[in-house]
Amino acid sequence: MSEKIHTHIFDSVIVGAGGAGLMAALYASRSSNVAVISKLYPTRSHTGAAQGGIGAALGNLEEDHWEWHAYDTVKGSDFLADQDVVDILCREAVETVIELEHMGLPFDRTPEGKISQRRFGGHTNNETGQPVMRACHAADRTGHMILQTLYQQCIKNQVQFYDEYHVMDLIRIDDTIRGVVTVNIATGEYHIFHSKAVLIATGGWGRCWEVTSNAHSLTGDGAAICLRRGIPLEDMEFFQFHPTGIFRLGILLTEGVRGEGGVLVNDQGERFMERYAPTIKDLASRDVVSRAIYLEVQAGRGIGGNNYVHLDVRPETVNHYLKEAGEDRRIDAAYIEEKLPDIADFTRTYLGVDPVREPMPVQPTAHYAMGGIPTDLHGRVVLDGENTILDGLYAAGEVACVSVHGANRLGTNSLVDLVVFGRRAGLHMADYCLEADLLPLPDNAASSVVNEISRIRGNSGGVKSHQIRTDMQRTMTDNVGVFRTAETLAKAREVLENLAEQYESIEIDDKGKRFNTDLLEAWELGCLIELAQATTESALARFESRGAHARDDFTDRDDENWLKHTLCFKDGDSNRLDYKPVTLGRYEPKPRVY
Amino acid sequence: MRVELRIRRYNPEVKKKPWWGEYDVDDVNPNDSVLDVLHRVKWTIDGSLSMRRSCAHGVCGSDAMRINGTNALACKVLVGRLAKEGSEKVNIQIEPLLGLPVEKDLIVDMEPFFAHYRSAMPFFVNETPAPDDKRERRQTPEDRAKFDDTTKCILCAACTTSCPSFWANGRYVGPATIVQAHRFIFDSRDRAYQERLEILGQRFGVWRCRTIFNCTSACPRDIEVTRAIAEVKKALATGIV
Ligand SMILES: Cc1cc2nc3c(=O)[nH]c(=O)nc-3n(C[C@H](O)[C@H](O)[C@H](O)COP(=O)(O)OP(=O)(O)OC[C@H]3O[C@@H](n4cnc5c(N)ncnc54)[C@H](O)[C@@H]3O)c2cc1C
Ligand code: SF4
Ligand code: FES
Repeated sequence: MSEKIHTHIFDSVIVGAGGAGLMAALYASRSSNVAVISKLYPTRSHTGAAQGGIGAALGNLEEDHWEWHAYDTVKGSDFLADQDVVDILCREAVETVIELEHMGLPFDRTPEGKISQRRFGGHTNNETGQPVMRACHAADRTGHMILQTLYQQCIKNQVQFYDEYHVMDLIRIDDTIRGVVTVNIATGEYHIFHSKAVLIATGGWGRCWEVTSNAHSLTGDGAAICLRRGIPLEDMEFFQFHPTGIFRLGILLTEGVRGEGGVLVNDQGERFMERYAPTIKDLASRDVVSRAIYLEVQAGRGIGGNNYVHLDVRPETVNHYLKEAGEDRRIDAAYIEEKLPDIADFTRTYLGVDPVREPMPVQPTAHYAMGGIPTDLHGRVVLDGENTILDGLYAAGEVACVSVHGANRLGTNSLVDLVVFGRRAGLHMADYCLEADLLPLPDNAASSVVNEISRIRGNSGGVKSHQIRTDMQRTMTDNVGVFRTAETLAKAREVLENLAEQYESIEIDDKGKRFNTDLLEAWELGCLIELAQATTESALARFESRGAHARDDFTDRDDENWLKHTLCFKDGDSNRLDYKPVTLGRYEPKPRVY
Repeated sequence: MRVELRIRRYNPEVKKKPWWGEYDVDDVNPNDSVLDVLHRVKWTIDGSLSMRRSCAHGVCGSDAMRINGTNALACKVLVGRLAKEGSEKVNIQIEPLLGLPVEKDLIVDMEPFFAHYRSAMPFFVNETPAPDDKRERRQTPEDRAKFDDTTKCILCAACTTSCPSFWANGRYVGPATIVQAHRFIFDSRDRAYQERLEILGQRFGVWRCRTIFNCTSACPRDIEVTRAIAEVKKALATGIV
């Protein structure tokens, strides 16, 4: 069956309209002709779900320096982050947050009218080791405000959007980029965007796991597409489990809850983080806190013996610990309603729990991909351990791995990453387009997408996507979770291989064209399985524990052998691993104590 | 518990006219959301059922629809809350939003809604130079509080599509557009309030609002929509913001 294929020509296309894609679009569109393509309406992007804050050493409430932010980031990363780019992240965070304010972002304000800041996990005064107020916030909907503000500015600047177009392939011929292949969701028709450059900003893939803070749409499409087109994925074994997801649902309760004074308690009413991180306690890095919760549950100290603990932000509890810490500050119920209105709404809606009166049941939830498409400091995608650049291809945001987060991301640093490296990538791409030629499209540029889609649509193997997805998510949660071992990882490998095989026999009910979400979900599942496999392979090979990669069979960090980034390639049906060195700088790796 | 669903289905590729699809789903946890139940139908009974969704916790605005006759986000309505006290069975009727063209099943054409939204300059305008110290423009917490409520809007369209004035005439910009404009009109840093007020003062602007309050009850973000509209009306009448 021959399909009609529409073609559009642009200097560049940006895939994804979350914080990273929109920031890039604002900059790239100043001097070049850009299309922003998104499978969701831009304002539905998951950046809008980010709650707690965006980190920048503004020093609005107490002394702070971007160098402190940089050290915290490197330490938080368990020394796997590249220190040259961490410096860029933390230095440019300051001017970029100010720029967001100038774009109209309605930050909360201090009494003097400055941007308000709060404490967040792992962010410290480097001299005292105590938590520092660095997270700039707009109540507990900071991401919503960033997404809205950037989208509003895009409207003002007449950026061209293609909403509800699903990108399915990257057109790469040898070492050149020619555009992307998409399906218009409303009509089911194929559209090729022919361009000099492509920027991938498709966000994360938390949906590989059963309990996650990520949207249904976070299926890692951009990462999987690149992997299929010969681009490696970096540090896939490092996936962050956020310690405080709502029990069973995974909906996030921001670290800002603890930043405002909330504490984690076990079944015995003990504030157990005092044992695991004596200095900053509940505000230790996320990997540390998630492991602590897991260990408490293992030791039978989960609430009522269940696999959750309590997050307690009742004013009396918070004030008790503030007093104990010798702080003058006290809070009341109104303060919580003002600073954490969405959190209060979530727990009331989904749990019937009023956080002002009762503690909230929480468990670790799959949250953030530290790894992803490797890039340099301009967002240019690199192809190998020698950092060879693939001209014309860019990546930014959660899907990219610059690497500023290393083995564990600090809270508030993703939003910084989006805007700092989104801007850099957008600027560089626009410059690139001034020089570069539009190379011709190959014949049948859309054929592999057309074939895959007709294969899925026509298949009658009887296997439902839902079945495979559920099995994959369970397997990943059980075996590639907060803790893993050679045994669990090998088990995951086996199950995933089997699921990948079953995936070939997937059968969908909807054979139509318009808004065929049955088909799109099946296609997305293919991406998830490949990313789950890349994660498992990368994790199996790393014989140490570092940041979010905690192995029960190799419990220590091993800088001698493993201070290096993993690169995972796809070779036919299997994965091949390579490594590249970490860029060190001012900070020598040392044991991580909080 | 058991959920008996009636879903308004439509797919012009299959049938010219809409129809009712009926689905029974057992073993539903009362704490499951309506979106969870729709997913159960889609994933285990009929994959062709189509709706938009993403975040699954009421922050992205994808899944506004009519649930038992009232607009709401499917992911924010828990099944147990729709059941009669003590009942093990619940009937739920689901339809697409009213007043926007239906594309397929629960998916409506959002373009008319977004076109209205864009018409009232939903973006920050201040071309005066930023402060000399290269820092933020200052704003007092009191000034910030004036438009806090309307910054919460997620553009889900639940308000606009529950408004009889909008049903009567789709050219009315609708409550969501006014909420979005309010967010800037009352922002002490913004400089374009007059232009926005002029737009909203026109024939299909705020004066179409008859203060029916449907929008306020429909808003899943608990925004006091009618109040925001009243504040804009007052600003228009008095010239003072
Ligand atoms: C609940 C929650 C709270 C968080 N809180 C914080 C916080 O307080 N501070 C912080 O720093 N970080 C936080 N994070 C992390 C941060 O929000 C995310 O990492 C970040 O927003 C990702 O942004 P992005 O632009 O990379 O992608 P997203 O915002 O996820 O956007 C992805 C975009 O890609 C598009 N897309 C995807 N696939 C395709 C395709 N195949 N074709 C076309 N388009 C496609 C989507 O439509 C979407 O527009 C939080 C994350 C979550 C889940
Ligand atoms: S005002 Fe409320 S109901 Fe209306 S679009 Fe915004 S969030 Fe939705
Ligand atoms: S799915 Fe995002 S609001 Fe319901």
